[in-house]
Amino acid sequence: MIETKGLRKSYPSGRHGRTVVDAVRGIDLDVQAGEIFGFLGPNGAGKTTTLRMLATLIRPDGGEALIAGADLLADPAGVRRRIGYVAQGGGTADAVTGREELVMQARMYGSRKAEAQRQAEDALEAFDLTEFADRPCSTYSGGQRRRVDIALGVIHSPKVLFLDEPTVGLDPASRGQVWAEIERLRTEGMTVVVTTHYLDEADALCDRVAIVDHGQIVVEGTPEELKREISGDVVLLGLAADGAGPAADALREQPYLHRLEQGEDGLRLYLDDGAAAIPRLLSVLNGAGIVPGTVQLQRPSLDDVFLARTGRSIEQS
Amino acid sequence: MKLARDTWLVFQRQVLLMWRTPIWIVIGITQPVFYLLLFAPLLKKVLAPMGATSYAEAYQIYVPGLLAVLCIFGGLYTGFSLLGELKAGIIERSRVTPVSRLALLLGRALRETLGLLVQAVIITLVALPFGLRVDLPSLLLAYVLLGLLALMTSAISYGIALALPNDAAMAPVVNTIAQPIGLLSGVLLPLALAPVWLQTVAESPRRRSQPAAARSRAERMKAASRVTPCSIRGPLSALIDSRSRRSPPPAG
Repeated sequence: MIETKGLRKSYPSGRHGRTVVDAVRGIDLDVQAGEIFGFLGPNGAGKTTTLRMLATLIRPDGGEALIAGADLLADPAGVRRRIGYVAQGGGTADAVTGREELVMQARMYGSRKAEAQRQAEDALEAFDLTEFADRPCSTYSGGQRRRVDIALGVIHSPKVLFLDEPTVGLDPASRGQVWAEIERLRTEGMTVVVTTHYLDEADALCDRVAIVDHGQIVVEGTPEELKREISGDVVLLGLAADGAGPAADALREQPYLHRLEQGEDGLRLYLDDGAAAIPRLLSVLNGAGIVPGTVQLQRPSLDDVFLARTGRSIEQS
Repeated sequence: MKLARDTWLVFQRQVLLMWRTPIWIVIGITQPVFYLLLFAPLLKKVLAPMGATSYAEAYQIYVPGLLAVLCIFGGLYTGFSLLGELKAGIIERSRVTPVSRLALLLGRALRETLGLLVQAVIITLVALPFGLRVDLPSLLLAYVLLGLLALMTSAISYGIALALPNDAAMAPVVNTIAQPIGLLSGVLLPLALAPVWLQTVAESPRRRSQPAAARSRAERMKAASRVTPCSIRGPLSALIDSRSRRSPPPAG
């Protein structure tokens, strides 16, 4: 449904625009029809730029893309007819109602008035917006506004929907609602591409995830595949800053340890069987005269995948 | 056809938005009336060098100039509302749809033009009891010219709004453009008062013919056929160019 090759974009930056920031440095994608595909990465990784290129809002500096059969560079108008795009900040006017916005959106996609009104009515039903459809958008809660935004993005039943950080700033209940709407759209056959910097969102919502950093895809796969790559468990040892170094030295040579990462608040240890390893870890530390403040056992998360690939954590970058 | 349809669509939406914001309508009506009434006591003396011997004659000179000021300055400031819509993501949302790009701006500029023309009509009506006299065909022609003037200045303003790298620069840039135009067109103070060199500068570009055109019928016809169409086309195409250039680096 979406195929890209070597998609690139740089921006002039610096005081006189002399230096160049490579926001996106060669993205190759192959998104299948009917899947929810996620771009996961820290802020500034190039997720939004990639999405805006695919949505025809900015022109790529290089590379090519085929979206629902339309060529991004040669036929942006064809791409626009086939896609929907919801920006992070939405795009509703305060003074008009949700219904009016939906009718307007349908008309911008070329529908006649009566048809647009019917489409708006259908969207209000489908997204359960009828209750507040005739109030001005300025009165909506964050979650209500977001659902209107998404309804606007799919008013013309596009083949592909792009969502930029769809749940930023939402409370947990609204977040769940947005996820449910996205999954409903997928079951209706839509291909959905989301960007997110939330690990749980990528994990719970996406069929496949591309982890991006510095404008490139670091690794791509289903959340399960990615986490399987980090075999076994993660043990977190909470240590004061001066204790982390000696503890790392003491533990590094332990044969059952796959990898060790030193963070600000302690150590992350990657090993096969965390529960069995904890007593042995503690006894080694004890021998070195170190007592950790806390010990936690975790299943690896997508953040561990990111950490393993980049040496940094998404949540801390 | 699609352009006309899309422009009409955008225009309708903008009229609705204006209608929903009553404060703008109140300001839009009171502002021109203020201009007319508060400046009135000064008019006869100030306009004496231009041959005004009575208040009626002073208004005859002042009102066309005021209308031109309204359309030039009013139009130049319309970019601010576009900045607001850019910030709110409304423009971006529209740009992802197949709606005509030109219509997105033309519909907005026409709405601004409509607003300015309504103000112009109010000014004309309020000026009648003060002694303004004008025959209907000339008046209608003047409105056409004023409409083109407003469309042109709105287009320039949109061009500035789209081309500027940051919003804070909008006001100074517009001011810097508006002040010399105001001076050289003679709409603020009559150029009859100006020293010779300033009059020479003002004569050289064609822009002086715009407010002057509203004053003399013969010149009006010339301006209509010669100046305005090309001065509209220029900024509009500049504006279409600049649209594609505005691509602020996104956050993520």
